[in-house]
Amino acid sequence: MTLLLDVQNVTKRFGGVTANDGVSLQVRTGQIAGLIGPNGSGKSTLFSAIMGAFPIDGGEVMFNGAPISKLRVGPIVRSGLVRTYQQTRIYSEMTCMENMQVSSRASQGNVLSLLRLKARGVDVRAEDLLAFVGLYEKRFEHAGRLSFGQQKLLEFAMALMCEPKLLLLDEPTAGINPTLINGLIDRLQRANKELGVTLLVIEHNMRVIMNLAEHITCLAHGCVLASGAPEEVRNDPRVLDAYLGAH
Amino acid sequence: MIDLILDRVQGIPEWGLLTGLGLLALVAPFVAPSLATQLAFLWLMVVFAQTWDVLGGQLGYNSFGNVIFFGIGCYACAVVQRDSGLPYYEALALGLALAAALALVAALVFGAALLGIRGHYFAIATLGLGIAAGEIAAGWSYIGAGSGLAMPLYPGALGSRELFFYFVMFAIATGCFFTLRWLYGTRFGLAMNAIRDDEDKAEAMGLHTTAIKTIAWAISAVFLGLAGGVAANMLGFIDPRDVAFSGATFGVWMVLMAILGGKGTLWGPVIGAVIFHITKELFWTYLLGWQRVALGLLIVAIVLFFPQGIMGWVKARQQSRAVVTP
Repeated sequence: MTLLLDVQNVTKRFGGVTANDGVSLQVRTGQIAGLIGPNGSGKSTLFSAIMGAFPIDGGEVMFNGAPISKLRVGPIVRSGLVRTYQQTRIYSEMTCMENMQVSSRASQGNVLSLLRLKARGVDVRAEDLLAFVGLYEKRFEHAGRLSFGQQKLLEFAMALMCEPKLLLLDEPTAGINPTLINGLIDRLQRANKELGVTLLVIEHNMRVIMNLAEHITCLAHGCVLASGAPEEVRNDPRVLDAYLGAH
Repeated sequence: MIDLILDRVQGIPEWGLLTGLGLLALVAPFVAPSLATQLAFLWLMVVFAQTWDVLGGQLGYNSFGNVIFFGIGCYACAVVQRDSGLPYYEALALGLALAAALALVAALVFGAALLGIRGHYFAIATLGLGIAAGEIAAGWSYIGAGSGLAMPLYPGALGSRELFFYFVMFAIATGCFFTLRWLYGTRFGLAMNAIRDDEDKAEAMGLHTTAIKTIAWAISAVFLGLAGGVAANMLGFIDPRDVAFSGATFGVWMVLMAILGGKGTLWGPVIGAVIFHITKELFWTYLLGWQRVALGLLIVAIVLFFPQGIMGWVKARQQSRAVVTP
């Protein structure tokens, strides 16, 4: 399997705080990779650094063989690297269908191509993906009226709508009803297998991430603490210390 | 009762409504010639409200400086009419073309400079822009400086001037309405709404947010520029602060009319403009001396009781009644 994402020694400082200190991690095409670590260990910062939300202070990010650390958010997203947020971000005054349609790859085109496209209309892919996350019945409801969990599912469907090669998911199960979590794990795995989307998932729920990921990286204090198969990482004494607060 | 009326109005197909209103507008100046100028100003108000709503309603960017494009249109048209040496109608046509073009260029330049800032900051920056433009115009002798600019006399027969400008302004308002109606029906319109709801998200989903915002502003600027050129001719005289870059009247009115009718809807600004213009003229007629106080109270009442606007209120009412919308 080829390397899809290659984060090389990325460093990000905010004033005196080093949020990411020479972080390296790799994600292979077709993989589900996990990123864990205590609160404040720099996981979300790393996502933002990969996505070009701010300039990084050192290192390089390679996506699909090309350096992207100098690019801004837009071009990175259009190259097939998409993220979701810890707090849901959806277009609350628009219906679920509109949320989906504005997230399609066609909507990423230039202004002229947008002017040639109809705003709404039959969109089988949008309907299929809404059905995939179980929101087909809600397709004409305003997204802002959905519950938090449903909004998370919608955001996941929107991310799939723009056909990413790699999807960065920031705590997909946070705030979701425990009984729905199993369904979500199943959907993440199906998106990976059936739609061919490579996943890098930040997750605090150990049961979820151990079942889901083939490879896990653990961050602490902005550095990579351990990295490997789920079993190795779970039994690594340094990881246990970090989570139990021995530092 | 209200629901019954709403249902009735909604039963009318949109093309029927448009044809009816169009016919009414074509006949009106002949039926009531004394009102032709009044009605032409009504169409100007419709253009004001609609063009403001492109950014304010659909994109979520509250601009208090849109009047600058109107002012640029006024002066561009006036200067061409004064200096081109062409016959009246040719000069007017060329002037309007230049008015639209200059307004467009101004929107692209100001858009590149200002559309990176958001929320209150954008509102304040555009407010400053409008005021600065008025001061610059008042100090620039080429365009008449503080004493303003008089427009050339209309060459047609007595009474035909009002009719002529009525139909030109009506054409601009209609063109604006159908352009926006088409625009809001494209994916571009949907992308504008996405930016309004969450701009960072829209950017993180790969939308070309900067280009979308700038083009949207440019579209509204073109119609404001055209309207400026025609309004200058209707008034016969341009004052830099009281007509062209009049933030305290036109600049505020365009915001109010859009809010009153319902931001972010196609018909809201049209309805808001009609109600506002009629109310304002009634105040001027029957409450002379107190008209500004009455208008001020109306503004407070609009913001207090109709924060969602008329169309917003209608929509909310429908949503609360409808179980499943098809």
